[in-house]
Amino acid sequence: MLLQEATRLSHPLSGSIAEWVWLIPLLPFIGFLINGWLSITSAAHVGPKDPSAAGHDAAGHADDHGHDSGGGAHGDDHHAVVRHRYAGIVSVVGPAVLLLSFGLAVAIFMAMLGVSREAPFVRTLFSWIPAGDLHVDAALQVDPLSMVMTLVVTGVGTLIHLFSVGYMQDDPGYPRYFAYLNLFVSFMLVLVLGASYPVLFVGWEGVGLCSYLLIGFWFTDKANADAGKKAFIVNRIGDFGFLIAMFLMFANFGVLDFVGVSAAAPGAGFNSALVTTICLFLFLGCAGKSAQIPLYVWLPDAMAGPTPVSALIHAATMVTAGVYLIARSAFLFSLAPVAQLTVAFVGGLTALFAATIGLKQWDIKKVLAYSTVSQLGYMFVGVGVGAYTAGIFHLVTHAFFKALLFLGSGSVIFAMHRAYHATHNHDDAQDMRNMGGLRRYMPVTFILMWIATLAIAGIPVFAGFFSKDEILGAVFARTHESTLSEVSWLGIPGGSLLYLIYAMGLAAALLTAIYMTRMMLYTFHGPNRSGEKEQSHLAEAPWIMTGPLVVLGVLSLFGGWLNLPALLPLGPVGALEHWLEPVVGSATNAVTRGPHEPAHSTELALIGAAVAIAALGIIIALVRLKPDRLVPKAQAPEEQGFERVLLHKYYVDELYDRVIVRPTVWISRNVLATGVDEGIIDKLLVTWVGAGIPRLFGWFGSRLQSGQVGTYAWVLLIGVIAVLGAFTFR
Amino acid sequence: MLAFLTSIGYESWVLPTLLALPVAAALVIVLHGSASKGEGTGGLDDAAAMFPRRITLFTFLLEFVVSIGLWWVVAPGETGFRAVVDLPWIRTWGIRFALGVDGISAMLVLLTTFIMPLVVLGGWTSVRTKLHAYHALMLILTSGMLGVFMARDLFLFYVMWEVMLVPMYFIIGIWGGARRLYAALKFFIFTMVGSLLMLVAILYLGIKAGDPATGIPNFAFDQIFAAAAQTPQGGINLSWFGIFLPGSTLLFLAFFSAFAVKVPMFPFHTWLPDAHVEAPTAGSVILASIMLKLGTYGFIRLAIPLFPTAAMSPGMRTGIIILAVIGVIYGSLVAMVQPDFKKLVAYSSVAHLGMVMLGLFALTRESVQGAMMVMIGHGLSTGALFLLIGMIYERKHSREIAAYGGIAKVVPVFATLLTIVALSSIGLPGTNGFVSEFLVMVGSFKTYPYMTTISALGVILAAAYLLWALQRIIYNPLDKRDNEHLTDLNWREIGLLVPVLFAILWLGLYPKPVLARMEGATTSFVRRVEAGASQRAASLPRGAR
Repeated sequence: MLLQEATRLSHPLSGSIAEWVWLIPLLPFIGFLINGWLSITSAAHVGPKDPSAAGHDAAGHADDHGHDSGGGAHGDDHHAVVRHRYAGIVSVVGPAVLLLSFGLAVAIFMAMLGVSREAPFVRTLFSWIPAGDLHVDAALQVDPLSMVMTLVVTGVGTLIHLFSVGYMQDDPGYPRYFAYLNLFVSFMLVLVLGASYPVLFVGWEGVGLCSYLLIGFWFTDKANADAGKKAFIVNRIGDFGFLIAMFLMFANFGVLDFVGVSAAAPGAGFNSALVTTICLFLFLGCAGKSAQIPLYVWLPDAMAGPTPVSALIHAATMVTAGVYLIARSAFLFSLAPVAQLTVAFVGGLTALFAATIGLKQWDIKKVLAYSTVSQLGYMFVGVGVGAYTAGIFHLVTHAFFKALLFLGSGSVIFAMHRAYHATHNHDDAQDMRNMGGLRRYMPVTFILMWIATLAIAGIPVFAGFFSKDEILGAVFARTHESTLSEVSWLGIPGGSLLYLIYAMGLAAALLTAIYMTRMMLYTFHGPNRSGEKEQSHLAEAPWIMTGPLVVLGVLSLFGGWLNLPALLPLGPVGALEHWLEPVVGSATNAVTRGPHEPAHSTELALIGAAVAIAALGIIIALVRLKPDRLVPKAQAPEEQGFERVLLHKYYVDELYDRVIVRPTVWISRNVLATGVDEGIIDKLLVTWVGAGIPRLFGWFGSRLQSGQVGTYAWVLLIGVIAVLGAFTFR
Repeated sequence: MLAFLTSIGYESWVLPTLLALPVAAALVIVLHGSASKGEGTGGLDDAAAMFPRRITLFTFLLEFVVSIGLWWVVAPGETGFRAVVDLPWIRTWGIRFALGVDGISAMLVLLTTFIMPLVVLGGWTSVRTKLHAYHALMLILTSGMLGVFMARDLFLFYVMWEVMLVPMYFIIGIWGGARRLYAALKFFIFTMVGSLLMLVAILYLGIKAGDPATGIPNFAFDQIFAAAAQTPQGGINLSWFGIFLPGSTLLFLAFFSAFAVKVPMFPFHTWLPDAHVEAPTAGSVILASIMLKLGTYGFIRLAIPLFPTAAMSPGMRTGIIILAVIGVIYGSLVAMVQPDFKKLVAYSSVAHLGMVMLGLFALTRESVQGAMMVMIGHGLSTGALFLLIGMIYERKHSREIAAYGGIAKVVPVFATLLTIVALSSIGLPGTNGFVSEFLVMVGSFKTYPYMTTISALGVILAAAYLLWALQRIIYNPLDKRDNEHLTDLNWREIGLLVPVLFAILWLGLYPKPVLARMEGATTSFVRRVEAGASQRAASLPRGAR
C-alpha cells in the first residue's frame, strides 16, 4: 500500500491534470442522471394513495400515456410530430458532457506528451472490495493505451451524440435515449480506464446493460425486445469466461490489477497450461463482447436499436472492447502462443465467415453489421498474432470509417423514413431494394460514404488501408521466427496455420470490397426505387447530422497518418506504435523475438497483393452487379440455393435455437420443474414422509378459516410473553 | 458516536429492547383490537384499521433507529461479541437469557430492522382484513427473528427459532392466496420436522455440557462449543453399508436438517415456492429477506463451527457443495420456466442461497465474506422484487407473467424500479449482487475450482430467466386492454423502495464498511473451522480405532 503510494507520487503525471481522470467517466454519468431524471419525471404519473381502492378513478389517465410510446424515426406510427418538452435542455446536456470529457482527455493526453510514459499512472479513488486476501481498488489507469481508447470513445462519442440530436429529434423517448447513451459512454470509459480486471469488468457489463437498453429502446416491438435480451444473454456467456479467467488469476497470482498481474504472470511460465487457460477464458469473454464465432449472433440482431446506437456501441466502441482487453492483457497472451493462435484463427474465420453473409443482405444496416463482425475478426487476427499496435490501429481507423458508414446509413434511413412518413407509405425504410439513386438527393452523404467504403476496402491513402495492411503484414511476418510459428495448434504447425489465417484475411478483404461496393451501388447508384411520390421528399439530413459525418469523413481519409509504415513516409512514421510502445512493446517483441525490420521487397509485395485484392473486389462488384435491374422489396422474388442460405445467415440462429435454447427450456420445464420438483421431490417428501404429519396438524389448518384469529393471536402473544417473562419473575 | 452510545449505556439495553419493543406493541394492538369490535372497510379511511398500521410502522421505525447504534458498536476489526446481556432464565434447566452480537449477527439484525418498516409500508393497503391480528403477528415474528440472530444460549436460540415459525404459519394461512392452507401446512411441516431433530441434538449437547454433579444442563454457546469439541465416543455403525457414522456427524446432521430446510437447499426446497406464491406480500418479503438467512446463519453460527470435523470431512463437505451447486443451476433452470412471477423469484432464491452455501463450505475468507454479502444483498434485492410484485398484484390481481406485457408505457416508474432491482439480482457490477457473488466465487475457486466454474454458469442463467420475465412483463406490445389503465406507483410505494435502491447501490459501489465490520467475525469463523477440522482430523483415526 505504502509502496504503491510512493510509486504514485514519484510518477511524472502525479499532481498533473491526470489526477482528475475520474471526471472523464463521471461527467457522462452526471449527464445520465440529469437526462434520466427528466425522462422519468416527464413520463411519470404518480399513482393514487390506495391502489386497492383505485381502478375506477384512474381510467382517465391512460390517454395521457399514449404519446410516450416507442416509434420515433423508426416506428410506423403517424402521430403528430411533437418535440419532447425537455428536448432543448437534453440536447445541450447530452452532447455537452461528452465534449467536456473529450476536452479533459485531450488535456491529459497533452500532459502525457512531455513526460516519461514507461509506467502507468494509477489513480486510486477508494478501496472497493477488500475481503480476505482480495483487494480491489476503485482505481483508474492512465497510460498510452487507455488514452488512445479514451480519445476515441469521447471523440467519436461526441460526434454521434450530436448526430443523435437530429436523428432522434421527434422521438417521444428523447431524454431516455440520451440518458442511456450517456450512461453507455460512462461505463465505456470505466472499461477503458479501469486499472484492474474487476473494474474493467464493471464497465464491461455496464456497456452490455446499456446495449441491452438501447437495442430494445423501442421496446413495444417484440423483435426489438428480443434482440436486446439476446444480446445481454449471449454477452453473459462471454462474461462467464471473463469471470473464470479472473478466478484463475486470483487463485494463482493473488492479485487482479494490471500492474500486479503483469508482474506475476511470467512466474507461471511460458506456454504453461495455466496462462493458456486464462487467455482462452478471457478470449471467450472477448468473443461474446466483440461478436466472434461462436457468439457473434447477437450483433446483427442488435441493429434493432436506433442507428446512432449501432454506430457508437455496435461498431465504434463497445464491440471493440474485446480487442482492447487482449491488448491490455498482452503480457499474458504473449506467454500463451497456443491461445494467441486460437484468437487469430477464430478472428480470421469470423472475418471470412461474416463477410460471406454480408454479400447477400438487403437491409443496409445488416450489411454493416456483418461487416463489423468481419472487421472485428481482423482486429483479433492482429492482436492474436501479437501485433497489438496493429490491432488497436485498426480499431481506431475502423471506429472512424464504420461510425461514418453507420451514421451515413442513418442519414439515408432518416431520409427514407421521412419520405415514407410524408406519403404514409409502410415500406421498409432500411431495405436497399427500396433505395437506389440516392446520390442525387443526398450528395454529401454519398461522397462521405464512398470515402468510408474505400477506407474499409483497403484502398491506399484511406485510413483502413494502413491498418489492414499492417495486420496482414504482421501475420505474414509471424510465419517464421516467432513464438507462434514454433508451437503447434491442434496438431497443425503454427507457421502453416498463420499462412491459412493470412489467406483467410485476404479472402475476407476481397469479399469486403465486393459487399461494400454492392451496398453503395444499390443505395446511391442506379435508378431510384422508393416510389414516385416519395422522391420529392428525399433530401439531405440537417447540418447537425451531416456535420459529424464530415468530421468522420476527414478522419477516415487521414486516420492512416496515425501509424504510417516506413515504406510510405508521408509524415511521422509509426507514431501510434511509438506511443503504445510502453504498454505492448515488450509483449510484441516477446512474440517476434526482438524488433524485426521486414525486407522492403516482401513488404511491397504484400501491400501490392492487398491493394490488388481490394481493387479486384470493387471491380468485380462494379462489373457484375446491375443496380438498375433491382426491383423494390415488395416485388422481389425469393432467393434460391446458396443465396438463400446466405440470406438466412447459414441458419445458425435456427441451429442455436434448436440445439441449445429449446432443449434447455424443454428440459427445465418437463424434466426439472414438473418431473423432479413436483413429481419426485414433492411426492416423496410430502406424500410419503409427511403423510402422517398433516393428519397430526390437520386440526390446525381446519380451524384457520373459522374466523377466530383474534383468539390465536391472543394465545400466541400470551405464550410468548409468558416464556420471555419467565426469567423476570424467577 | 461510540462515546455517546457508551454514555447512554447503549450496549447494556439495546438487544433486550429490540426484542421487547415489538412484543409490547403487539400487546397494545391486540388490546385495541379487542376493544374495537366494529368491522370497517380496512381502507385508509378506516380509523380503527389505521391504528395497528401506524403503531406497527412506528415500532419498526423505532427499532431501526435503536438498532443503528450497533453499526458503531461492532466497529471494523471487532472479532468478539458486543452488547452482551447474560441473565439466568430457567435455572433448573440451566437456560440463560444470553444475547450478544458480532459482525455477522449485527449486520443481519440491521438487515431485519431495515426491511421491516418497508414490509409494513408495502402491505399498507393490500391487507384489509383482520388488521390487528396481522400486525401483531408480524411484530412477534420480528422479535423471533431478531432473537435467533442475537441468541447466545442454545435453548434460547431454539425458542426463538420456533417463535417465528408460528406467526409465519398464520400469516400465510390467513392472508394468503387461494392455496394458502396447503402452502402454510407444507411450510410448517417441512420446518417443524427439521427443527425437531435439531431439538434432540440441542438437548444432547446441553446435557453433555452441563454440570455432571448437579445434573443441570448448560446451553451457553461457549460451554456448548467446549462440549462439542470433545469427540463423542459413540456413533452408529452401519456395517451393512460399510459406513461408520461418528456421533459428531449425527449431531451435525441433526442441525443440518433444521437449517438445510430453512435455507432451503436442494432437495428440501419445495416448500418455498408454494409458501412464497401463497403468502401475502409481507410474508414473501420476510421469508425471502430474512427467514431464509436464518438457515444459513445457523450454518455459520452453529452447525459448522460446532462440528468442524463432521462438516468439513471430505465426503460431507463435497456432498453439501454439490447440493449447493445443484441448487444454483437447478433453481435457475426451474425459475426460467415458471409462468408465475412470484414462483420465478422463489426459485431464484434457491439459486442465490445455493451460492451462500457454496461460499460457506468452500471455507475461504473471501468466500465466507461473499456468502454474508449474498445473504444481505439477496435480502435487499429479492425483498424488493417481492415488494414490486406485490404492488403490481394489488392493481391487477394477477401474478401470471403472461397477464402483463408492455406496461413500461403505462407505469414507467414501476418499470424503472423493477429493472434496477432485477439487474441487482442478476448481479450487475455496481450493484450488491455483483460484489457478493464475485466474492463467493473468487474465494470458492481456490478450494473447489470445478464446482465454482459450474456455479458460475448460474450467471448466464440468471440473466436468462430475469430478463425474459422482464421482457414479458414491462416490454413487448401492450396488448392487453385492461393493462392500459394500470396506475403507476404512488409516493408511499416509491418512497419505500428508494431506501432499498440506495442500499443496493451502496453495497455495490462501496461495500467496504460492511465488509470491514464482518471481517473479524468471518475470519475467526474460517480459522476456527480450519483449526478444528485439521486438528481433529488428525486425532480421528485414533478415536475411530
